[in-house]
Amino acid sequence: MQFGRYVGDLARGDLGNSLTTGQPVGTEIRTRLPASAELTLLGLIVSMLVAVPLGILAATRPGSLADHACRVIATAGVSLPVFFTGLILVYVFYYLLGWTPAPLGRLDIFFSPPPHVTGFYLIDSLIAGSLETFVAALKQLFLPALTLAIFSLAPIARMTRASMLAVLASDFVRTARASGLAPYTVIVTYAFRNAMIPVVTTLGMVFSFLLGANVLVEKVFAWPGIGSFAVEALVASDFAPLQGFVLTMAVMYVALNLVIDILYGLIDPRVRLEA
Amino acid sequence: MTDVALAPDKQPRGLVALVRHARYVIGENRVTGFAFVLFVLIILAALIGPYLVPYDPLASNTAMALKGPSLQHWFGTDQIGRDVFSRVVVATRLDVFIAVASVALVFLMGGLAGVAAGFFGGWTERIVSRVADTIMAFPLFVLAMGIVAALGNTVQNIILATAIVNFPLYARVARAEANVRREAGFVLAARLSGNGEMRILLAHILPNIMPIMIVQMSLTMGYAILNAAGLSFIGLGVRPPTPEWGIMVAEGAAFMVSGEWWIAFFPGAALMIAVFCFNLLGDGLRDIVDPQRRT
Repeated sequence: MQFGRYVGDLARGDLGNSLTTGQPVGTEIRTRLPASAELTLLGLIVSMLVAVPLGILAATRPGSLADHACRVIATAGVSLPVFFTGLILVYVFYYLLGWTPAPLGRLDIFFSPPPHVTGFYLIDSLIAGSLETFVAALKQLFLPALTLAIFSLAPIARMTRASMLAVLASDFVRTARASGLAPYTVIVTYAFRNAMIPVVTTLGMVFSFLLGANVLVEKVFAWPGIGSFAVEALVASDFAPLQGFVLTMAVMYVALNLVIDILYGLIDPRVRLEA
Repeated sequence: MTDVALAPDKQPRGLVALVRHARYVIGENRVTGFAFVLFVLIILAALIGPYLVPYDPLASNTAMALKGPSLQHWFGTDQIGRDVFSRVVVATRLDVFIAVASVALVFLMGGLAGVAAGFFGGWTERIVSRVADTIMAFPLFVLAMGIVAALGNTVQNIILATAIVNFPLYARVARAEANVRREAGFVLAARLSGNGEMRILLAHILPNIMPIMIVQMSLTMGYAILNAAGLSFIGLGVRPPTPEWGIMVAEGAAFMVSGEWWIAFFPGAALMIAVFCFNLLGDGLRDIVDPQRRT
C-alpha cells in the first residue's frame, strides 16, 4: 500500500517533503543538481584531458617516463581515499600557499550568483558577461574538481594504455605504418579510434565511482550539491530526501549507460549494424 | 613445471611447489614482498596494537590539546588532547575487522551464488545474474549509503552494505569460472562415480576456483576498507568516540583549514597505506595463481 502510494506520487513527479526543511524534495534536488553536475563533469573532463594523452604516451613509448608515471598513478590513484586527497589539497593550496579561497561552497560571499539559466555557474556567469564571477566560481571549483580528477585518473589512464597497446600491436596498424602514414595519423586516426571502445566502457564505471565520491567531496568542500543534501538528511534520519537522492543517482547512472551505448554506435559502425 | 617429462616423481607437488613458486614470485617482485611485510605489520597492529599503545585512545587531556607531533605524542594530539598515534593504531583492529568480515560475507553470498549459477545454469543463473545486474544499476557508494540508512546505523550494517555492493563482482567471477569447469573431465569422472550434484559443486568445483576467489578477496579488501571509511566519514556506522580512521579524518577535517594537519593526516595516511598494501598484495597473489594475467 505504502509503496503503491509512493510510486503513484513518483509518477506525478512528487518525491515527498523533507521532514527537516519542509520543502518538497523534488525542488530541492532540482536546485542542487546543477552544482553537483558542474563539479562532477568538470572533474571528469579534467581527468580525461590528463589521463587519455598520458595513456596514449605510455602505450606508444613503453618503458619511458610517461609509462612509469602511468603505472605509479594507476597504483596510487586507486589507493587514495577521495576525502583524504581533498583535505590534503585544501591544506596545501589554501592554508600553505593561499592560492585558493576557503573551501566553503560554490561562490565567495562577496559575489552574488549569476542569473539562473543553466544552473552551471561557469556558463551562467559567461552568459551574464561577468568575467569576475566566472573567475571566482572557477577558483571555488578548482580544488574539488581536481580531487575528483585525481580520483578518476587511474582507471582511465590504465584502460587507455592497455587498449592502445592491444590496438598498436594489431595488423591494420602495421599496415598503416607500412603504407608510410605519418606516426601522428596512425596513432590518432587509426589506433585511437579503435582503442576508444574499452575507454568509453571504463568511463561509465568511472562515472559510477564519481557519483559516490561526489558525496564525500561535497562534504569536504561544503559544496551545496545533492550529495551534501543527502548527507544532511542522513544525519537527521530524514527519509524522503534520501530516497529521492538514491533514485536520482540511479536514474542518472542508467541514463549515462544509455548515452554510452549510443556512443558505441557512433564510434564503431559495426556495433550499429549488429543492433 | 615445463620439464615434467624428465622426472615426473621428482617434481615437487602440492603445498611444497606452491610455497616454492610463491617464494620465486616474491623474490622476483620486490613490491609484492614489501606489500607482504606491510600486511604482517597491519595484522600485528590489529591483533596486539591495543595492548602496546602508549596512551588510552579515549582519554582526553585538555591541557595537551591540539599539539603537533612531538617525542611524547608521535602523531600529535587532537582537539581534546587524545593521542593521535594511539588512536590510529587502535583503529586498525576495527577497520581490518570490518573489511575482513564484509569480504568473508560477500564470499559466502556472491561466491556460492555465482558457483551455483555457473554450475546449474537455467533459473539459478537467471536469478543470480538479475540480482547482480540490479545492484550494478546503482552507483555503489550511493547504494551502500542507502542500505545503511535504511537498515540502521550500526557496524553490522556497514559490513552488510559493503558485502552487498561487492556481490556482483564475486558472483560474476565465480559464475564464469564454474561455467568453464562444468563439463571438465574431473567433474564428469566424479559424476560417473556416483557423486551427487551438490557434492560435486562443493567438493570438486569450489576447491578448484578457490585460488581465483582468494585473489578476488584480496583485491576487494582494499575497496572494502575505503568503503567503510567513506561511510563513517559522512557519519554512518561507527560512533564518534570510537577510534576509526574514517571518523578521525572527519574530525580532523575542520582543523585542516586552520593548519592543524596532523589530526586528519595520520589516520588518512594509515588508511591509504592499508588500501595500497591490499591492492599490491592482490596483484602479487594474482601473479602466483595466474602467471598469464601478469601485468
